[in-house]
Amino acid sequence: MTEILHLAVIGVIVGSIIGLGAMGLTLTYGILRFANFAHADLMTLGMYLAFFVVGDLGLRGATIGPLSFGWGMIPAALVAIAGVALFAVASDRVVFRPLRERGSGFLTLAVASLGVGIMLRAAIQMIWGPAQRRYTTGIHEAWTIVGDIKIKPDQLLIVALTAASALLLYVLLHRTRLGTAMRATSDNPQLAEASGIDTERIRQATWVLAGGLIAVAGIMFALQSQLRFNAGFEFMLLPMFAAVIVGGIGNPWGALAGGLLVGVSQEVSTEWIDTGFKPAVPFVILIATLIVRPRGLFGSTI
Amino acid sequence: MSVLLDVRGVSSGYGSVTIVHDVSLSLDRGELATIIGPNGAGKSTLLKAIFGLLPVTAGAVRLAGSEVTNAPPSRIVGLGVSFVPQTDNVFPSLTIRENLEMGGYRRRDDVNGRIDEVLALFPELERRTGDAASKLSGGQRQALAIGRALMLDPAVLLLDEPTAALSPARRGEIFERLLAVRAEGVALLIVEQNAREALAISDRGYLIVDGRNAHEEPGPAMLENPEVGRMFLGIEGAPGDGDASPAAGTP
Repeated sequence: MTEILHLAVIGVIVGSIIGLGAMGLTLTYGILRFANFAHADLMTLGMYLAFFVVGDLGLRGATIGPLSFGWGMIPAALVAIAGVALFAVASDRVVFRPLRERGSGFLTLAVASLGVGIMLRAAIQMIWGPAQRRYTTGIHEAWTIVGDIKIKPDQLLIVALTAASALLLYVLLHRTRLGTAMRATSDNPQLAEASGIDTERIRQATWVLAGGLIAVAGIMFALQSQLRFNAGFEFMLLPMFAAVIVGGIGNPWGALAGGLLVGVSQEVSTEWIDTGFKPAVPFVILIATLIVRPRGLFGSTI
Repeated sequence: MSVLLDVRGVSSGYGSVTIVHDVSLSLDRGELATIIGPNGAGKSTLLKAIFGLLPVTAGAVRLAGSEVTNAPPSRIVGLGVSFVPQTDNVFPSLTIRENLEMGGYRRRDDVNGRIDEVLALFPELERRTGDAASKLSGGQRQALAIGRALMLDPAVLLLDEPTAALSPARRGEIFERLLAVRAEGVALLIVEQNAREALAISDRGYLIVDGRNAHEEPGPAMLENPEVGRMFLGIEGAPGDGDASPAAGTP
């Protein structure tokens, strides 16, 4: 039982990362109306942009309290958020917007995003190489929370940051004019335009928001695991899509809940199945949702 | 009265298919004009072309003398024209208040003041401003759609079948509201299948058949015109006779 509880705690941490990434993915899915397969590679870009600051430039700074990294991670995170947001907006301007204006459908845009993802992954591999990297080295003490269950301060931060990001996203979407316009555009883009909403600006804002969220998720992933040029594509793409579909396409809170469900399920499953089969769990959840409840557990609305 | 909206020889359609051919009409300030015609005549297509949602392939659209042919909807909205589509005309997941706020998205002044004015026109919405639009009945949803379109104080309001699928009682209420909107000085151009009720309150009526101008005269006179009934549905009698309200769903 303790082992299952321990796996569940790990699942919440992994699920927080999946959920944070999935919130951005579902926003682009709902507002831009296509499945962005480059989203996982944007995550990888985020983790490497932060590495550029703390690793390549060596701006580590003094270690922050019990955490594994130093104060340099704060400017690194800002660089990652800005860089990924900028890349996302630029990819829309160069690739997705021209296709949209030509009236391209869901499938064309999704395949184009696969291409963007492949190019981005290759560029990251060219710049930083295929070797695995870490923000910091050494052993970091874990805290005992209940019984034998231990958790690292970094992991607590991951859960707290996800909760804070979700709260901020809620405030943005439900308490600001921009957020209401994003929800309106997701509901009905043609009516939004007929109401005088500049839907192109709303799409740009969506890219910035999704880029920022996935950049943070990328840093979290690297803190929990390590940096690798294909980390996002290999380990996060399917879990994020599963989370989006389980939660209802376009529903960020559903995506967060879906992320936690996928994270906990895949970690707890290792109590009974070989760890090597763990990546199959999101597949099973994805297929089961599509068969039983194709609109997701929480419905498809922001 | 001076001409506010001038549509001259406009042709439009979807892709290579032309549905509207060389249609002309005009709308004066504060005027209410109704476009009637059989299903598939191109009435809705014409409205969408005026609003920039479909390409104008020939002819011109002028607003207060300025050319707005093929201008994007965002520009046309800025020039004081609002559009109420026949379907999908509210944001279902947004509350009534949020729908109105989005209708007034371009306003830089007192949005809340305008919301109060619009809600005064539609008291059935005033009590439920926190409810999601998806929970509204057909008539309430149509009222919200019109209210949303009024948020920018438009000079011209284009309405595509505002009473489609409504009960006779609710239709009457919507027409009453439209008269109240006109009383505020807004010019209305309505595409309508419920010809009798619409023409009765219209300053001007246009009959469109097979995508072309077929007839034009003051609304009440058109109502009594047996020739219009013949052209409208290919039957003898005035457009208000019998069932002159075929099912909605014109292109």
